[in-house]
Amino acid sequence: MSRIAQTVEHAREAGNKLLIPYLVAGDPDLATTLQLMQHLVGQGADIIELGIPFSDPSSDGPVIQRGVERALARGTRLQDVLDLVQEFRVKDAATPVVLMGYLNPIEIMGYQQFAASACQAGVDGVLIVDMPPAESADLHDELQTAGIDTIYLVAPTTSATRASAIVSLSTGYLYYVSLKGVTGAALTDHQSVGEKIAALRGLTDLPIVIGFGIKDAESAQAMGKLADGVVIGSALVGRIAELPVHEPQTSAGLQHCTAVIGVVRDVLNKIK
Amino acid sequence: MSDLDVVSDDSLPGFDGPDSSGHFGPYGGVFVGETLISAVEELARVYERLAADEKFWEEFDYELKHYVGRPSPLNFAERLTAACGGARIYLKREDLNHTGAHKVNNTIGQALLAKHMEKTRIIAETGAGQHGVASAAVAARLGLECHVYMGADDIVRQAPNVYRMKLLGANVISVASGSRTLKDAMNEALRDWASNVDNTYYIIGTVAGPHPYPQLVRDFQCVIGREVRAQSLEQIGHLPDALVACVGGGSNAIGLFHPFLEDAEVAMHGVEAAGRGLETKAHAAPLCDGKPGVLHGNRTYLMTDAAGQIMETHSVSAGLDYPGVGPEHAWLKDLGRVNYVAATDKQALAAFHQLTELEGIIPALESSHAVAYGALLATGMEPEHSLVINLSGRGDKDIETVARIEGIEL
Repeated sequence: MSRIAQTVEHAREAGNKLLIPYLVAGDPDLATTLQLMQHLVGQGADIIELGIPFSDPSSDGPVIQRGVERALARGTRLQDVLDLVQEFRVKDAATPVVLMGYLNPIEIMGYQQFAASACQAGVDGVLIVDMPPAESADLHDELQTAGIDTIYLVAPTTSATRASAIVSLSTGYLYYVSLKGVTGAALTDHQSVGEKIAALRGLTDLPIVIGFGIKDAESAQAMGKLADGVVIGSALVGRIAELPVHEPQTSAGLQHCTAVIGVVRDVLNKIK
Repeated sequence: MSDLDVVSDDSLPGFDGPDSSGHFGPYGGVFVGETLISAVEELARVYERLAADEKFWEEFDYELKHYVGRPSPLNFAERLTAACGGARIYLKREDLNHTGAHKVNNTIGQALLAKHMEKTRIIAETGAGQHGVASAAVAARLGLECHVYMGADDIVRQAPNVYRMKLLGANVISVASGSRTLKDAMNEALRDWASNVDNTYYIIGTVAGPHPYPQLVRDFQCVIGREVRAQSLEQIGHLPDALVACVGGGSNAIGLFHPFLEDAEVAMHGVEAAGRGLETKAHAAPLCDGKPGVLHGNRTYLMTDAAGQIMETHSVSAGLDYPGVGPEHAWLKDLGRVNYVAATDKQALAAFHQLTELEGIIPALESSHAVAYGALLATGMEPEHSLVINLSGRGDKDIETVARIEGIEL
């Protein structure tokens, strides 16, 4: 059983919602990202989504764009992200790590090499924002062969037919994009999210997590009630932006930065 | 079917891309976030229907004739020909179009699509501002709301075009992320589109982006090549021996080339921006010195580093300053049908002056790249041969840039 499947099973048995923070690898530097990942687990994160920095993040809002720019300013490469996961695995063999990013860095590395390196590093899932299922066959096969879960997005604009096709390719969990827009936008239409999630339930037993507009306890509670878990990205990356650059982080600083995840954990734990 | 038909079918297979999934060989495709998939699929459906409808093309042709002023002339460049001492050089005068470049052929076509799709809001990206101006003009003509994304650095470099867009009623939005140029403007336009997908039509300015954009922009620009074909038969008596066009995203080039792809006797040359020289890496020539990757919705040749990051590009011409190229060009390169070369900033500037002085035509710096290579090519050809250079735009917008480079205060 994959690490993600185990995590999902434990959460289901305990009746818990999945809490999935997203942060950009190398923002503001790789050593800090490693410490942040460890703190996030301490705050109650179930799975960590690690963003692969890309020069042209066309699905991301301004907060994550800045995070990516900070990571790129330090020269963070895809290989560094894989090395980071490997280092994280030294102390944490249980928490699943999902790489999220855009296709070009993987395309340039080569699908086979990427899948093999990711597997060796201890990556559990891969989500490529600009690679819809119709274009994903080759990479999908490489990842599945390497035992890595393939996670796809479903959006408010996704048709029912298309959703069935996406579900059939998905393993690990299904990521529902809560709004028409980019990461970090304002989430307003709770009702339609509920309806879409209900429709997806009829298509899959995979856990469905919601992301893109969740930034605080209130929105996490609203979305947590509708789904099996929530992804929090911009709210965390916005706090990472306040960390000092070019100097060692203090434990208090990291704690302060990741506290938003602890707050959301508490809120989610009250939804039963 | 005659024997001749069989031979030509066998020797030149498969220039009728894209396939049903939007691919030109391994290139093209649909690489966008899930939120935009339904929008590009809807666009593909609507375009397929309208492209088969004669009335749509009548509407398009009417606008090209009465609003743009087509057909644009094919102009024998007598003094340039004499100076080069080789093939007869003809200029396809896209610079004489309304708004000053070939860009308007595409914006008219796409604005008509937007109207048929009942979209009320137009967005566009622009580099030098030519596509932005062409979008703003057409939006004004059709009474559509228009927002143009433009890199913060380009806004400074191309101030007159920014004011033109504003006069035309467009809202010009400064993009301060990334390298603050065309590619970042395109990222921001994609973000806007995902956020306003219900009422918004995105007019992409070149033959790139997710399917069906490379196909439909090409189809709208093919008016250039069709006219050149008819004009060549009339003025030269046969098809030209060679075609030359500059390639940034590649819309003016594909518009010229495409109607001739199956004519094996017509050689084709696409001229990219070599900037300070291909060896310096300060250029915008992905076909000459890049590799395949994925950006802005399609797989194509890109300026990408070993880690897969998109590199910053350089060209004296803002309109060629883009790290990608249309996927059909990538395919034509691999097939060997088109010869892709590059001209440096210096060569383009020299050609800018040469054409201005010899023919009384101030070319856009983009088109000056085609003039530079075309003149070189003509010199090596026989006098009975003929060559057509696509003069894709006029250079009025560039005179400040040229003056600045040459230390002249206006």
